[in-house]
Amino acid sequence: MKLFEHEAKTILAKYAIPVPHGALATSSNQARKIALRLKAPYAVKAQVLVAGRGKVGGIQFTNTFEETENTAKKILSMEIKGLKVNNVLIEEKIKAKKELYFGITTDRSCRCYVAIASTAGGVDIEEVASKTPEKIIKTFIDPTLGFRGYHAREMASKMGYLGKPMLGLAAIFEKLYKVAMEYDAELIEMNPIVETVDGEFVATDARIIIDDNALYRHPQYNERLISEEKTELTLQEIRARKAGLVYVELDGNVGIMGNGAGLMMATLDAVQLYGGKPANFLDVGGGASEKQIVAALDILLTDQKASVVFINILGGITRCDDVARGILAARTKIGFIKPIVIRLVGTNEEEGHRILTEAGIHVLNSMEEAAKKAVEISRSG
Amino acid sequence: MGVIVGKDTRAVVQGITGTQGNFHTRLMLDYGTKIVAGVTPGKKGTEIHGVQVYDTVKEAVQRHDANASIIFVPAPFAAEAALEAIEADIKTVVLITEHIPIRDSIQIMTQARQEGVTIIGPNTPGVITPGECKLGIMPAHIFKHGVVGIASRSGTLTYEIAAELTKCGLGQSTCFGLGGDPIVGLSFVDALEMFGKDKQTKAVVLIGEIGGSAEEQAAEYIATMEYSKLVMAFVAGRTAPPGKRMGHAGAIVMGKAGTAESKIEAFKAAGVGVAEKPSDIGELLAGRV
Repeated sequence: MKLFEHEAKTILAKYAIPVPHGALATSSNQARKIALRLKAPYAVKAQVLVAGRGKVGGIQFTNTFEETENTAKKILSMEIKGLKVNNVLIEEKIKAKKELYFGITTDRSCRCYVAIASTAGGVDIEEVASKTPEKIIKTFIDPTLGFRGYHAREMASKMGYLGKPMLGLAAIFEKLYKVAMEYDAELIEMNPIVETVDGEFVATDARIIIDDNALYRHPQYNERLISEEKTELTLQEIRARKAGLVYVELDGNVGIMGNGAGLMMATLDAVQLYGGKPANFLDVGGGASEKQIVAALDILLTDQKASVVFINILGGITRCDDVARGILAARTKIGFIKPIVIRLVGTNEEEGHRILTEAGIHVLNSMEEAAKKAVEISRSG
Repeated sequence: MGVIVGKDTRAVVQGITGTQGNFHTRLMLDYGTKIVAGVTPGKKGTEIHGVQVYDTVKEAVQRHDANASIIFVPAPFAAEAALEAIEADIKTVVLITEHIPIRDSIQIMTQARQEGVTIIGPNTPGVITPGECKLGIMPAHIFKHGVVGIASRSGTLTYEIAAELTKCGLGQSTCFGLGGDPIVGLSFVDALEMFGKDKQTKAVVLIGEIGGSAEEQAAEYIATMEYSKLVMAFVAGRTAPPGKRMGHAGAIVMGKAGTAESKIEAFKAAGVGVAEKPSDIGELLAGRV
């Protein structure tokens, strides 16, 4: 789960990591009131969960209360990459001498956390890593030892700092590691953390992504998940989440469901290979019940984008007869309001085929053949 | 022969009294796997399909000389189950459980590495050496004893390809799922090393997907080690949009990292045959092993 910048900064502040003075505003009037309490100049920052808001005017700097109010009004009426801006963060603008980067994420190859620092902060760190890898400092973290003070000091020192500033920066790195562990962050970064003209360090932007699988340890975010449903998910996505299905919205017109993430991905690839465009990714998982099949089909049949529905099931734990009964139940409940192509093989295959054939529904055995047919229908419609 | 599991595997089922644990214990017993004991804290003295249940892994190991474990414990308790197995001197642990927090997985892998324990998963269908041992949840009937080793990041896609190979008359030495999570116990390089040493295995099929760089590392290993066995690959997720998790926690393209194109290119550059569709693997291998 991605946290908003203001949520991330509130957490950082709790751990005594310096962040700019500021507050969240939901209206321009409120923005003005916040500015009254702060020292000019100000930063007005759109709170959205996508990167690159600065490039489209989502971050602006102002000098007066009036200007702050007007700018907040403008940003609050914006849509950034399809997301409505509901809140703006009003902060004191920090005079930066230098912009740095520090973050912690996981490394798949060494199966551990890795701390990453750079003197080239404030820009996309992946760009820095690919164009100027010499500017990236990495420390792989031994989980039994953790990220210790001496690790942090080594990194700050490699960034060229000495004496008090080196110690101050290292102390912030150590604190950020603590946040990462206590919040189960799969990514946490300060980009940038700036060195001010007074020789202090302040995290002027912060990003935290919490490991979804660890959310049960952080019940304070339950409400966020519910509000996310209201604001950020499409109707199909909400229905899938409620039915316990894994669903990703895409922009084509072939509605697809299958069992297993890998098989689903391969199915999307096959559809594209034959010239079609997938409307979605929908994994019913292992051992899907008749009820789940109905829920999945309901989502696909009522998706306006999809002109054909392609079902690709390879039964392992999932039983073909259960799937067949689910398909029939969906026909009764919703009706086959668009063409359906079915590939059904695996556990209890004969029984599954018999159920469908007797109901007058044609079933295919090969995934490729079925993909081809689904694409043909999608292109003729 | 084959790798990881075989005739000598004597397994404990952790979480044997749960729905999944109970159900798959029966299927594994039916296949001929030596399930020697079960573990569910608080259920000592009960019996599941004739298998004795204990409170601790240590006791199960002491009484039944077990050397492997398969874990069906829910995610919040899975890390502890895995650590218990490692401390009880189990050498092969299959972690079926999905949705284990990354921080827990990192702890498991660190401990396993220190103790020399092989972890399959988490979020894996398990491992099967056809005709000898099945320690997992895969449908057994699609596998056949033979010479092709399969390592995969996906469950159903493994079934798809294994069934195709079996249909073409190509049996398998061992098939296993690395697991769909970002942090897993074994890599494709580990798989290549194991299959490289296995006399029964003549060819290796790697089934990859978007996310991470396990495929690129495998390609580099094949090229630099001048790998002696035939390797074929399939990579799922060519059409996956960046930034979206495609079902598996580990299947995500971040920026430019982890794309299918990069993996396919790396394999091709290392001389590995890459199948465009799952069904092509059988044709690519037929007549060559």
